[in-house]
Amino acid sequence: MAIIELTDVHKTFMKAREAVEVLMGIDLGVEAGDFVALMGPSGSGKTTLLNIIGGLDGATAGEVVVADANLDALSSRELARWRARTIGFVFQFYNLLPVLNAQRNVELPLLLTKLSGKQRRRNAQTALSIVGLDDRAGHKPGELSGGQQQRVAIARAIVADPPILVCDEPTGDLDRENAEEILDLLRILNRDHGKTVIMVTHDPKAADHAKRILHLDKGKLVQEVAA
Amino acid sequence: MSNLRLVWANLHRHPVRTYLTLLSVLVAFLLFGLLRTLAIWFTAGPAEGASADRLVVTGKYAIIDLLPISQMNAILTVDGVEAVTHQTWFGGNYQDRSNFFPKFPVEPRAYFGMYPELVIDPVELDAFQRTRTGAVVPVELMQRFGWQIGDKIPIEADIWPMKDGNRNWVFDLVGSYTTEVEGIGGIFLFHYDFFDEARDYGPGTVGWWTVRIADADRAPEVGKAIDALFENSQNPTKTGTEDEFGRAFAAQIGDIGLMATGILSAVFFTVLLLTGNTMAQALRERIPELAVLKTLGFGNNRVAWYVLGESVLICTLGGILGVGMAALVGPVANSFAQQFAPGAFGMSWSVAAAGVGVAVLLGVVVGAVPAWSARRLSIADALRRG
Repeated sequence: MAIIELTDVHKTFMKAREAVEVLMGIDLGVEAGDFVALMGPSGSGKTTLLNIIGGLDGATAGEVVVADANLDALSSRELARWRARTIGFVFQFYNLLPVLNAQRNVELPLLLTKLSGKQRRRNAQTALSIVGLDDRAGHKPGELSGGQQQRVAIARAIVADPPILVCDEPTGDLDRENAEEILDLLRILNRDHGKTVIMVTHDPKAADHAKRILHLDKGKLVQEVAA
Repeated sequence: MSNLRLVWANLHRHPVRTYLTLLSVLVAFLLFGLLRTLAIWFTAGPAEGASADRLVVTGKYAIIDLLPISQMNAILTVDGVEAVTHQTWFGGNYQDRSNFFPKFPVEPRAYFGMYPELVIDPVELDAFQRTRTGAVVPVELMQRFGWQIGDKIPIEADIWPMKDGNRNWVFDLVGSYTTEVEGIGGIFLFHYDFFDEARDYGPGTVGWWTVRIADADRAPEVGKAIDALFENSQNPTKTGTEDEFGRAFAAQIGDIGLMATGILSAVFFTVLLLTGNTMAQALRERIPELAVLKTLGFGNNRVAWYVLGESVLICTLGGILGVGMAALVGPVANSFAQQFAPGAFGMSWSVAAAGVGVAVLLGVVVGAVPAWSARRLSIADALRRG
């Protein structure tokens, strides 16, 4: 069953009063539990596609159905609630809040739930232990290495138990060793915890961890490879 | 972690900037508390301690004009007048200018007869009456300076040198007095006879008259009759209630209400610009983080509330601390204010509540534009910029 279904999706940006079409008729289906790597040159529309799947940006035309929700039909408030329940985001530059320690960064999405403070702390601890950082809960991002920060970001992405993880160049700012650790972690989350993972990457070695590799070029899906 | 904790943590992103902003708001509200209290004190109705059956007679054109002591007998002839006594502003300092308290030369028995609210041991009043260099003081003043009866109290004169040019007046402490009534007392009293004989100039004059009348309802009529007595003399007078006298004395400084409003307007305008700029700068620095919050599912309104909450929190905190400090300064200011007029100079709850209300409003005004900007922030655009 497709958890992500995109039909004839177009995205156009206005740049200096000129329309620039970034996505041109994307059709894509992703089954629940899949691990998809999205590759392509810079400017091919990977991040834009990821943002549309994650409900961060809207399509100019076409239909986007993710986890049974037609995203075009949702108001911005409904979309925010949907994101909180459905999508876990992992960014290239971690995007942790520097004023909060690891525990509190992970706890952030749970502020949107009705869980008690004690339960929120416990869930955050569990998420940190899944990524192997429960001993760094009190450290602020500035006190952690890049790999550790990305693991905290992954803990934050999974703490609310969303079915989909959307990862934008999750290893782009890491050395090979740390990148491998992060990719292994994503694979475990996909394999053992049933998360559907959509990952944008430039790195073919990173893409090798996925079950499917999609190539995007000039706003079109040009090639699909089963890993 | 709670929502408040998140707002609080964001304020600690740049602690120095946050604390400097807090300090500027605090100082603004300290001024607000003090100046509003001062303005209200100046324009308030009859203060506690001001008696309706006591009038004060001063020089018509300036309350610092001295009046001849010969006026006393004439005042006593006015219908409705029961008793008359006098006081004079002595000024002077005890050891240091910061040790300020009012000092008046008085006729001992007449003075305490005029103010039955002041309680003194009859034995000590007798000693005061008998001792030409004698002085009596409030118990609080004795405690403040650790004085004992029998001590010699030196006062350095600033207005009234002695005939030999010496400015160092020395008084013998012969007693103390107390009062339950706010707004009177607190004065170092010494013997007028000694003062009048020893002073270098102005013998036979007094600062002002205090007149007790039989019927408080006849105060305006009696006051006019007293002033009529001296209308064509070298020393015309102006008679009013004790409360009017005190406020007129203080109003020599100027229109305090207008000055307070002017100062506060300038201060709040400056704080508004300063804090507004700080909040706008803080927002610009955090655009990617706000976008991340929205990405995680925090709604537009919620993110806007966080931004607004920061400015409201810092302004309210500064307001509470500033108003609180002004309230603490109140008792100190009270002892100073009572030299001018009876009535407690202390911050009222209404001033405190207004201060906190203005602080919250300031926070809302300062945070409104950044909060609106945060609300409108597009996630994809902000993440691209970040």
